[in-house]
Amino acid sequence: MTQRITGAEALVKALQAEGVDIMFGYPGGVVLPIYDALYDAEDIKHVLVRHEQGAIHAADGYARATGRPGVALVTSGPGATNTVTGIANAYMDSIPLVVFTGQVATSVIGTDAFQESDITGITMPITKHNYLVKDAAELPEVIKEAFHIATTGRPGPVLIDVPVDVSKGEVDFAYPETVNLPGYKPTYRGHAKQIKQASNLIAKARKPLLYVGGGVIASGAAREVKELAELMQLPVTCTLMGKGAFPEDHHLFIGMPGMHGAKYTNYSITETDLLIGVGVRFDDRVTGKLSAFASKAKVIHVDIDPAEIGKNKPVDVPIVGDARHIVAALVEELRKMDAAPRTDAWMRAIDDWRNRFPLHYSGETGTIMPQRVVQRIDAIANEMGRELIVCTEVGQNQMWAMQFHTCRSPRTWVSSGGLGTMGFGFPASIGAQAGRPDALVVDIAGDGSFQMVSQELATAKVHDLPVKVVILNNGYLGMVRQWQELFYGKRYSQSVLPQDCPDFVKLAEAYGCFGVRAEKPEDVDQALAAAFAYDGPAVVDCRVEAEECVFPMVAPGGSIDEMLGGIPGCPVSEMLDDELLEEVWE
Amino acid sequence: MQHTLSVLVENKPGVLTRVTALFSRRGFNIDSLAVGVTEDPTLSRITMVVSAADVPLEQITKQLHKLVNVLKINDLDPAEMVDRELVLFKVNAPPDRRHEVIEVTNVFRAKIIDVGKNSLTIEATGTSEKLAAMEDLLRAYGIKEMARTGRIALARGSRES
Repeated sequence: MTQRITGAEALVKALQAEGVDIMFGYPGGVVLPIYDALYDAEDIKHVLVRHEQGAIHAADGYARATGRPGVALVTSGPGATNTVTGIANAYMDSIPLVVFTGQVATSVIGTDAFQESDITGITMPITKHNYLVKDAAELPEVIKEAFHIATTGRPGPVLIDVPVDVSKGEVDFAYPETVNLPGYKPTYRGHAKQIKQASNLIAKARKPLLYVGGGVIASGAAREVKELAELMQLPVTCTLMGKGAFPEDHHLFIGMPGMHGAKYTNYSITETDLLIGVGVRFDDRVTGKLSAFASKAKVIHVDIDPAEIGKNKPVDVPIVGDARHIVAALVEELRKMDAAPRTDAWMRAIDDWRNRFPLHYSGETGTIMPQRVVQRIDAIANEMGRELIVCTEVGQNQMWAMQFHTCRSPRTWVSSGGLGTMGFGFPASIGAQAGRPDALVVDIAGDGSFQMVSQELATAKVHDLPVKVVILNNGYLGMVRQWQELFYGKRYSQSVLPQDCPDFVKLAEAYGCFGVRAEKPEDVDQALAAAFAYDGPAVVDCRVEAEECVFPMVAPGGSIDEMLGGIPGCPVSEMLDDELLEEVWE
Repeated sequence: MQHTLSVLVENKPGVLTRVTALFSRRGFNIDSLAVGVTEDPTLSRITMVVSAADVPLEQITKQLHKLVNVLKINDLDPAEMVDRELVLFKVNAPPDRRHEVIEVTNVFRAKIIDVGKNSLTIEATGTSEKLAAMEDLLRAYGIKEMARTGRIALARGSRES
């Protein structure tokens, strides 16, 4: 059955057919026909943001917290270009988004018309795919394809540019049930021979290590990963994107790898004889100097994107496919083989490192330590019996959150990984809250990042999205300051932000939100509890130790077992005489 | 090492940009490029000549495969392909030297397609090696202008490109 309707109406109907019940956007000239059609669509909630960047990050946060594609709608020109950072952010982290941008009428495209920008050209390198729709008749098929491409294979953002005459044009609407994309056929099932080969390596390894990332979250493979880890007693490290893929209170969890990973995590990677990467991409922040990364190990790499395999690190057993299918197949194969765990001595070696070189920070002497704020957020949410979703900004706040927040389940951690986008966390928390209304959504923020997007307090307030922003306010662009301290002779060039400008409590209050300040260690619990209990958005301004650094740290380009700060140790290569390790070596 | 990539793509607006932008974004130079529709009007074939070592080339072909509009990529084996390029040379040919230019043209089995008072325009097809040799000879008379199509190629025999 077809129906003659306008392009804008077709767009709305297509969204309904895709099950979209919430979207984020900002109107403008050429999208007015679409906004007019949305006016009658009562089953789609539209969250009006205060800047298009907020819309795209909110859609991203929604997608990360729910697993469903995030949808954003903005106008042409500046509306479209304001989403570019957010699209790049989603692309780097493989987050499924469908972004609709308005475009000037097809008759004036290419004439530098008012609010014209070539957004498909601009976003070509940062979208999984994009479309410029020239005819209303194409809309149903294009939207169907966009949702399919965004959510399958390695997910990612897809942009659809809709000229105003296409929105106003007419179409015989019938939403297609299938897509016809001859050039797009992601592989899901792993190659049987490769799975067999990988299983053999896993069964034999004495010092294996499971290295899991965002691909495990995207494919919903957390249960299978846990099964594999427990079956073979494999220690597990989760990347920033993989946080939540494995319960962090599990004895097999050994922390985050890389630049600000724990020493014991990086030592384990340096010593492992079999690195099993699942849904990871050997990012430079994880590997440090590539030649020294897991240099004693054979490497199994499971990824749905063949281009990731062997991109940075040579691989012994590549398996292209979906993490969930493949890890399940590995478990099945290992069971068939009656493979038994052989990692007892290896785990004891790791535990020994863990006991000797834990993550730590100095005790408080009158000033709040940022790391403790992160731990108290966990504790208080627990005491309140609330499910916690932690969002972060980028910089020190993000690294402390990564190090000290104990994440237990997938999709409860929302953080900008690849692009490292300051100003992501707060709008993302709004999106996460919109998708998960019952969760306690906390944005662990820095004073710098939050100021990039603080206008979205209005969005949170007006849409009654009770997110809690906890600012680790140190009066600096903390990570910039840290690098300047360590590598630029403490010359704090342009990294100083006065701690009391703005007054974040008053800023929150100006938007009708709850604001509270914690100045002394003893204020922290009360401030957090009050903010969490408040029925609405809240800002907690924690005045933390100003010159605290994130440690340990691998110097850029350095080998990951050579770390600055933290509990003094030595490169793992110099620890070889340890008795316990000798036992593993045998 | 020089590779001849035969890339089958959907015949849609913007596809060429997607393909070439990917090359420049990943730091590759395209030595030559030729595009046209195939026996199936919904598909175009892009023939590209790129100089790259094997490992980076593998990475870029994998990236190329990820483009939704790209159907097939074949790194043609030089021993198992036929390739041609078409060149137009506009060569200085004053009346007293015209016959020499015509002779060169004949030797290379090329064609004169335009005659001016002091110039000849020659159409030549062949492999890159043949055309390079011809260009070298014609240079002695002075090449005023030159235009080339870029290499096109197909796999030999019944093998698919």
